[in-house]
Order: sequence, then structure tokens, then C-alpha cells
Amino acid sequence: MAIKDYIRERFFPHIWCPGCGHGTVLNSLLRTVSQLGMSRNEIVMVSGIGCSSRISGYVDFHTLHTLHGRALAFATGVKLSRPELNLIVPMGDGDALAIGGNHFIHAARRNIDLTAIVMNNRIYGMTGGQYSPLSGHGTLATTAPYTNIDYAFDTVELATAAGASFVARSTTYHVQQLAKILKQAILHEGFSVVEVLTQCPTYFGRKNRLGSAADMMEDYKNNTTPIGSKAKKENPDLIERGVFVQKEIPEYCSEYDKIIERAMKGK
Amino acid sequence: MKTENIKFIQGNEACVEGALYAGLDFFAGYPITPSTEIAELLSRRLPQKGGKFIQMEDEIASMSAIIGASLTGSKVMTATSGPGFSLMQEALGYAIMTEIPCVIVNVQRGGPSTGIPTHVSQGDVNQTRWGTHGDHAIVALTASNHQDVFETTVEAFNISETYRTPVVLLYDEVVGHMRERLRVPETGELPLAERLRTSVSEGVDYHPYLPREDGRLPMSDFGGVHRYNVTGLFHDMWGFPSDNPKVVHGLLRHLVDKIQNNVNQIARFKEFYLEDAECILISYGSSARSARHVVEYLRPRGERIGLLELQTLWPFPHDIVNEKCANAKYMVVVEMNMGQILREVKRAVKNPERVFLANRIDGVFIAPRDIRDILRIIQGKGV
Ligand SMILES: Cc1ncc(C[n+]2csc(CCOP(=O)(O)OP(=O)(O)O)c2C)c(N)n1
Ligand code: SF4
Repeated sequence: MAIKDYIRERFFPHIWCPGCGHGTVLNSLLRTVSQLGMSRNEIVMVSGIGCSSRISGYVDFHTLHTLHGRALAFATGVKLSRPELNLIVPMGDGDALAIGGNHFIHAARRNIDLTAIVMNNRIYGMTGGQYSPLSGHGTLATTAPYTNIDYAFDTVELATAAGASFVARSTTYHVQQLAKILKQAILHEGFSVVEVLTQCPTYFGRKNRLGSAADMMEDYKNNTTPIGSKAKKENPDLIERGVFVQKEIPEYCSEYDKIIERAMKGK
Repeated sequence: MKTENIKFIQGNEACVEGALYAGLDFFAGYPITPSTEIAELLSRRLPQKGGKFIQMEDEIASMSAIIGASLTGSKVMTATSGPGFSLMQEALGYAIMTEIPCVIVNVQRGGPSTGIPTHVSQGDVNQTRWGTHGDHAIVALTASNHQDVFETTVEAFNISETYRTPVVLLYDEVVGHMRERLRVPETGELPLAERLRTSVSEGVDYHPYLPREDGRLPMSDFGGVHRYNVTGLFHDMWGFPSDNPKVVHGLLRHLVDKIQNNVNQIARFKEFYLEDAECILISYGSSARSARHVVEYLRPRGERIGLLELQTLWPFPHDIVNEKCANAKYMVVVEMNMGQILREVKRAVKNPERVFLANRIDGVFIAPRDIRDILRIIQGKGV
């Protein structure tokens, strides 16, 4: 199906600022879904609250726009109840890892088959530029006027430690790679996490004097490198992109099917 | 003759039996005294019928998970007590706003905070009504014995499906843990309300939030042929966010009216010796057991006393309470809190100055003797 068949044109224009990276994530995701030839009826998109979470309104899937931080918990209910559905859960960095951090690590630990997309703009966009757990030490935000003294999570390390069976990172600059990774993540059976570095020129960019959206994307090009590259060895500050974890371990809903079998046999 | 299905069990177990009878498919919860037995029992029973049980990481997640599961067409429930119920409030409001059927059991213990976990209280009555933010309506049912726990649990699912609303089952520690006899009704003996699904066919526009003439909203399961948006923001008939004042006003009125306009249909209550009663005890949950005992004790001794046992606490049946109390000289509300239903009764009757409170707030079950002692004091005042 063509990409435009996957969107709800009636609900455009979208709410995002010019230059916001979230639209690029939407674009890559729809290209992926279209390439995979998935039917709209088999996809459920669950999101939380934030600029990023508004993505669910624009796609013509079954869409559930929930509470700040709780998307993965709602998605767990949908998935366990109807395991044949494909669950895609886009979240902001605050949504996924501040208020939703507990649900994030537990969904990873269970290895339930959800595709979690962390749209990491290092800021709370929707509420106007407060620091997030991914802003990082030394950044500026409306609630860190003197400079942020909180250290950031590393989404990839956190997801890996929590037990996610697929963990990857890309950026809005690397759209080809992003689409490829999203495809792998959706096809992966188990909990998959894709962190996407996505620019918020309006708040993170402006507060931290990073220039225009194009400048910020240029930074993604210059400050990131493929996993294990020579460049990384020479410059450890570079952020790695690619698939960090991909392992086959039993998925939660299939495991629960075995519980049902045992219970029905009376064992 | 068929042997009846008689069990000698805890109230929490009667609730589980009722939920399964009503067709429960999905339960998500987090352990907390005195409700934990419900989760334990369902972890065993649900997979036996192909249903799903999941222990979530907290009560916020539990409430969220059942809402998600309900959208796929499952009948869903969670169970908790005070601290967990507090954590559920935001998602409870979400279920109200999005009109997703679900049942929440709160087996009450003493609060605030961690309070007195293994002791009884009825202190969450007002939290149930007002706990989530914003104007809204809510349905809450309760019961005083296991047969009624079973029936109100079934009724909770029926109301939840009929009105597309969360329903809170407000039990308490005494009812939850006490053991007594339950006769499990035969299949078909109690009516079951199934989900009203849309008859709109594939390819035709389905408006998930456009009420029918009778106010009901036919649903379409997630995963089915109709794709739509569900959001906790004010939304239009498509389920898409809107801040149009007409849309906001219309939706809020719809959410409140669909419950408040059906107060009498939702009201469940029992009455004992009300016809000629000069004194009417008004009670609910486990305290109604003691109140009933007092009435049965004093009647043969010549006192014209009766009991109105409420099973629907919210929406509060003001008209029914007013009508039942019209000829009484005075009313005594028996409850284990500082007067949460007392306030509603005072608001309901024509003579609020003649409504008194018989309560205990020390974690100890209110016994018939406690009520009789308080009655003597009230009567001593010359009512
Ligand atoms: C319980 C609760 N607390 C706070 C908020 C306010 N709030 C809305 S979105 C948001 C943060 C958004 O940041 P992020 O999740 O990173 O997404 P972004 O907007 O940057 O895409 C906050 C704090 C809320 N809606 N609910
Ligand atoms: S505030 Fe930032 S995250 Fe939100 S839409 Fe604007 S650019 Fe995007």
C-alpha cells in the first residue's frame, strides 16, 4: 500500500513545529510498514503524552493515545489480550524513561513483543523545554537555567541491562538506516527498543544554541558513528548507531500460551 | 435433582466466582492486603479457561493494562486496596473519558497512607467518587455477604458494559476475608450484559464516539475492521482531539448524564422492616451485617427499627433514600469512616438534623453492641 494510505489526512496539518524531527520518524515508520506490506488492521499504535506521542493521531491504524509514561503498560494489555496484533509504541524520552521508566524496564524484562520507539530529543517539548533524564550534564533547559547537573541515561545500555532482546539506535539524519532498523525491530519477536535521536529545534536547540534544525541534523551526522567503527576508537565521545542487541529468547505471550496449556491439563 | 453448587469460601473468592460467571477474560494486578487472594485465585483460574492473568509492576500499570485489554473486546478486572487505589486514579479517569468498560475491586483497609493494612475500614467511599481529577460520574457497588458479593460483581460487569464506564466494587476487609456459604448460580440464572458492538460494516464510516439515540455507544474491537483513535483528551465523534467548546461541553455532559440520568436503574439496595420504622439504620458493606443484627434483635423487643442497606453507593440514590426515610423519625448511618455516606444521606432527606452517625474508625469491626450503645445515646438525646 502507498504511504499516504497509512495516514489520516483528515487530521492534518500536524501539531509539530517546523524542523521538528518527529515527522521524520513518522515518515520512516510508514515507509517501513508499507515495505513490510502490513495490513492497517493488524497494527495497534499505543502512545503516551508529549509532542512525540501525537504521532498516533496521524496514522490509520488502531490508535491509543494514553497517559504520560504509561503507553507500554496499556500496550501490554492489548498485546497479551490479542497476541496476533502488532504493537508499535512511540514515546518521548521523558515519557519513556522518566515517568515511564518503570514500565520500560519491566516490559523489557518480560520480553513481551512490543516495538518501543524512544524519540529522544533530550527535552520535554510539549511542556516547553524542561530537562529530561536524557538531557545530560551541562545542558540548559527552562528548569536548568544555571546548567543541568543530572546525568543522562544511556537508553541502549538501560534497555540492554533490563533484558530487551532487540536494541538499536539511529537518528533523523540517517533515515535509510532508521527505516532498516525499524523493519528489523517490527519483525523481531520480543521486546524491541529503537532509540531515535530526533531534534527539537524549538526548545533543546534554542536553549543550547545548536542552531537550526538542519544544523542539529548535521550534528547527528558528525557526532555519531556505526557501532565498533574505527572512528569510535579514535574519538570515544562519538555516539554509536546500529543494532546493539538481537537475540532469540522466549517471548512473553508465547510463554503464557504454555501456561494456558498446563492450566487446562490441570498441572 | 441437581446438586447445588455450594461453596464455603472467603468474600474475595466469591468476587472471583462472580467475575468468572460474568465472563472475565483478563486480569492485571499488583498484590496488596486485603485483596491479594483475588489475584492469586485468578492466576490459577483464568488460564484454565484460556483467559489471561498478569502481575504488573504496579497499580498504575495494572489499571492501564486492563484498559488496553478491554479495547480488544475482553472483559477485564483489577483488584487492589487503598494505596493501590490511589495509584489507579489517573487511569480510572482515562477509562471514564474514553468510555472503556472495566471493573476495579477495592477491598478497603484503613487509611490514609499505608494505614492499617490488615484491618477493616470504609474510608475510600469519597475517594471513589472524587478521586480522579475533573468533573465526572462514577459507579460504585458494595455488598455485605458472599451471595451479594457474587451478584454485585456480576452486576458490576453488566453496568460497565451497558454504560461503557469503569465500575468500582467497594468491598472491605471483613467481607473480603470472612468465610461463609456461597451458592454459585446456574448458568443463565443471572442475566449477563454482553458488549454492544457496532453493526456498521467494513468500509462504512464508523464513529466510535457518536452516541446512538439511547445514549449508548456501540464499540468496535481493536484489531477489527474499524480503525479509530482513542484519547484521554476531549475528542470529537471520531475520537480525535478537539478543543471546540461545543465538543468539550457536549462530551462532559454526555459522560456525566449517562450515569446521573440513570441513578434509579443503577441503584441496588435492600430493605428490612422499613414500613413502620421510626428509626432507620442506613448501612452498606460489612457494617450492614451488624446493623441487620441490631434490627433483628430490637424488633422482637418492640422497637420500630428498620434497615436500608445500600449496594449502590455511587451514583448516590438520593431520591430513593429520601422516599424510604420519609416517614421515619430519625436515621442513623452505620459506617466505618468519619461520615462519608452520612453526608449524602443528610443531603438526601428533608430533615437532615435528624440524621445521626454510628461509626468506628479504629480498625475494629463495628459490632451490633457498638451500634446499640450509640443508639441509646442518640435516644437519650430525646429524638
Ligand atoms: C502525569 C503527568 N505529568 C505531567 C504531564 C505534563 N507533560 C506532558 S508531556 C510532558 C513531557 C513531554 O516530553 P517527552 O516525553 O520527552 O516528549 P516530547 O514532547 O519532547 O516529544 C509532560 C511533563 C502530564 N501530561 N501528565
Ligand atoms: S516543541 Fe520540540 S518536540 Fe515539540 S513539536 Fe516543537 S520541535 Fe517538536
